[in-house]
Amino acid sequence: MPELTDILNAIVLLLNFVFVPALSYGSQLALGALAVTLVYAILRFANFAQGDTMAFATVITILITWLLQRSGITFGFMPTALLALPFAIIACLAYILLMDKFVYDYYRQQNSKPITVVMASVGVMFVTGGLVRFILGPEHRVFADGARFIITAGEFKSMTGLAEGLAFKTSQFLTITIAILLVGFVFYFLQKTKTGKAMRAYADNQDLALLSGIDTDKIVRVTWILAAVLTTIAGVLYGLDKGFMANSYHQMLLPIFAAVIVGGIGSPMGAIVGGFVISFSELILTYAYKKFLIYLLPEVLQPDSLVQFLGTEYKFAVSFVILVIVLLLRPTGIFKGKVI
Amino acid sequence: MSRYNIRVATSFGTMFFLLLMVGFGQSWSLSLSIVNLCLISAIMALGVNIQWGYAGLFNVGIMGFTALGGLSAVLISKGSIKEAVKAGGMKMLVVILIFSLTIALSIYIYKKFKNKGLVIAILLAGYFITRHFYLDATQTIEAINPAFSGYLGGLELPVLLSWIAGGFLAAGAAWLIGKISLGLRTDYLAIATLGISEIIIAIIKNEDWLSRGVKNVTGIPRPVPYEIDLQQADWFNELVAKLYAGSLDLLPVSEHAAALKAHISDASIVFVKLCYSGLFLSVLLLIIILAGLALNSPWGRMVRAIRDNEMAASAMGKNVKQRHLQIFVIGSAIAGVSGAMLATYNGQFTPGSYIPLRYTFLIWVMVIVGGSGNNLGSVVGGFLIWFLWIEAEPVGFWLADLSTSFLDKENYIRQHLLNNAQYIRLIFMGAVLLVVMRFSPDGILPETNKKL
Repeated sequence: MPELTDILNAIVLLLNFVFVPALSYGSQLALGALAVTLVYAILRFANFAQGDTMAFATVITILITWLLQRSGITFGFMPTALLALPFAIIACLAYILLMDKFVYDYYRQQNSKPITVVMASVGVMFVTGGLVRFILGPEHRVFADGARFIITAGEFKSMTGLAEGLAFKTSQFLTITIAILLVGFVFYFLQKTKTGKAMRAYADNQDLALLSGIDTDKIVRVTWILAAVLTTIAGVLYGLDKGFMANSYHQMLLPIFAAVIVGGIGSPMGAIVGGFVISFSELILTYAYKKFLIYLLPEVLQPDSLVQFLGTEYKFAVSFVILVIVLLLRPTGIFKGKVI
Repeated sequence: MSRYNIRVATSFGTMFFLLLMVGFGQSWSLSLSIVNLCLISAIMALGVNIQWGYAGLFNVGIMGFTALGGLSAVLISKGSIKEAVKAGGMKMLVVILIFSLTIALSIYIYKKFKNKGLVIAILLAGYFITRHFYLDATQTIEAINPAFSGYLGGLELPVLLSWIAGGFLAAGAAWLIGKISLGLRTDYLAIATLGISEIIIAIIKNEDWLSRGVKNVTGIPRPVPYEIDLQQADWFNELVAKLYAGSLDLLPVSEHAAALKAHISDASIVFVKLCYSGLFLSVLLLIIILAGLALNSPWGRMVRAIRDNEMAASAMGKNVKQRHLQIFVIGSAIAGVSGAMLATYNGQFTPGSYIPLRYTFLIWVMVIVGGSGNNLGSVVGGFLIWFLWIEAEPVGFWLADLSTSFLDKENYIRQHLLNNAQYIRLIFMGAVLLVVMRFSPDGILPETNKKL
């Protein structure tokens, strides 16, 4: 029977390497997925440009952050990027509205098949991806400043006397707090305000909504505003947490879509639950449990391999397999999709 | 001549003229390289056109299927690494056996007992057993001479066979994906193909025992002669001497030998590329003829009927899902063939070079610009877009240079933009796609038999 400290050490190990990272990654995915699902519910297409738009918004944030840092403005122990965030949201919104005016609006007027609009969004994705790489290049860039940790592993160790540390990064703290606030706001908006109700009505039944005098242009605009806010914040939080790299944003598309479909496409609650389902499965399946088992098992049973379900290089495979399972067993997702 | 025929003639004529220009202006070797890659691109575009133009299936994972083709070029044509096979071959066979057994057993259990819990238990158990043996097997194989081989090698068969094998490999992957996601909402296929292509690339990048991963496989055997053999072959020397007899006579006798040698070395490069062009052209023609026959057959009419009105077609008793699956598999198989051709032409397989921008998106631009639903259109699109893609890089650089010319040479922004100038062509190609989709959705060569 393992001792109490061993059990505690094992738990802290999991908290540090699986639970906390999954919570913050899940929040980032959830915000991105929420944007995709809102656009899907109102504008009726799967937005392939989501990942690259997140990258674009992050690029703007990085540029403004550099400008602020150069003029000596920082945000104390918080990252300077937070000060840049409002400007980046406005820039991202301007970009999205421009794309809507020149690309999506036309297909909406034409009443095109959803797949045509999806293809147009692929076009937007490549233009955006090109812009992102043109401005900042494909390299990995870290733009987080301020205090890196709220609690470092060392502090935790000396506080509790355990062998394992539980580090809590500022970016993780920020991600979780901001995500909770933002999601709360979006739900309040959709449930309680007049515009939010109009959006839900429009998502539910377009014709009926038009008949009762709901202004389509306004609905579309508000949807893009919400999407821009969510997209920018999700992108910046992800960048603060893991650093900015154009390609990794592009590749976030798959987990985001998986989250949307797992939760039920078009359902905001589903997008959030889906985000956490994906992030937790990804981290649980790619974590190597060797050390964890060494704490818990008697010496004879201790493993010498890494005890990992799947190498980290296959983390896309996790999203994909979950996606496939959902498509096979319950194509509507956890929360019946296509309702907002 | 009808207007359509004039369009076909002008577009092909223009392409021919552009390539001649490159030939005379720059070099014939460069012109032929462009032609060869144009031919391969045209075949990829045909594969996509069959999926999108015939049936309206949106495949965003072309990259994955072409990579599978490339992988098959390695697995078919490379020599096997004897020590690796001896040390790890049996182990890998056991892994594959256990894996297939698990899958077969779970399918059997599912069909017989319909017990999902039991199936999941079997899959999990099978996964862990497979993984245990698999880790051992890969370590054994990858430990053998990692700097030069470190993988199992291939079957040492003629490389041309891999073009067919690549088609089958891609078809298998497509069948699996199609089976799962077709019949659901249309955009699910797009998302699923996006996922599978990322996974295929991850596999060939990381499974060193299979593909050497990012260490690349070079020296894939050629289906055509090597330049060095040509330069030493008597018949080739005589041929070049005869061709250049006129120009050689103008030179003093003392310079004849040197001039002839230069001509022979140039001619051997051009000759090899011409051989490739011949091979690629025959594949392209074969696929075009078959695809055209299929499109005009009752099957083709059914497929187009499904595309234009799924509801009506299924009301007439047509099995929509089955037809979609067929088309998806056929189109992906063609992408696989072209992938194998590309790896053969390059003579190497470089998993790191597979990026969606080049292998998925560019092909889409070709199909849309050429005219979706029209096979000749895809060929024109393949030629034109590849040509632009090659020529757009210097233009992008020139634009970046021009727009920052007022800045100092060492200026950070100028340097930075010049470094990233290669990405301008992504923006440019994306813009081309959006503009064509909006203002000329029919493309250069519109679909001829749109109305049934």
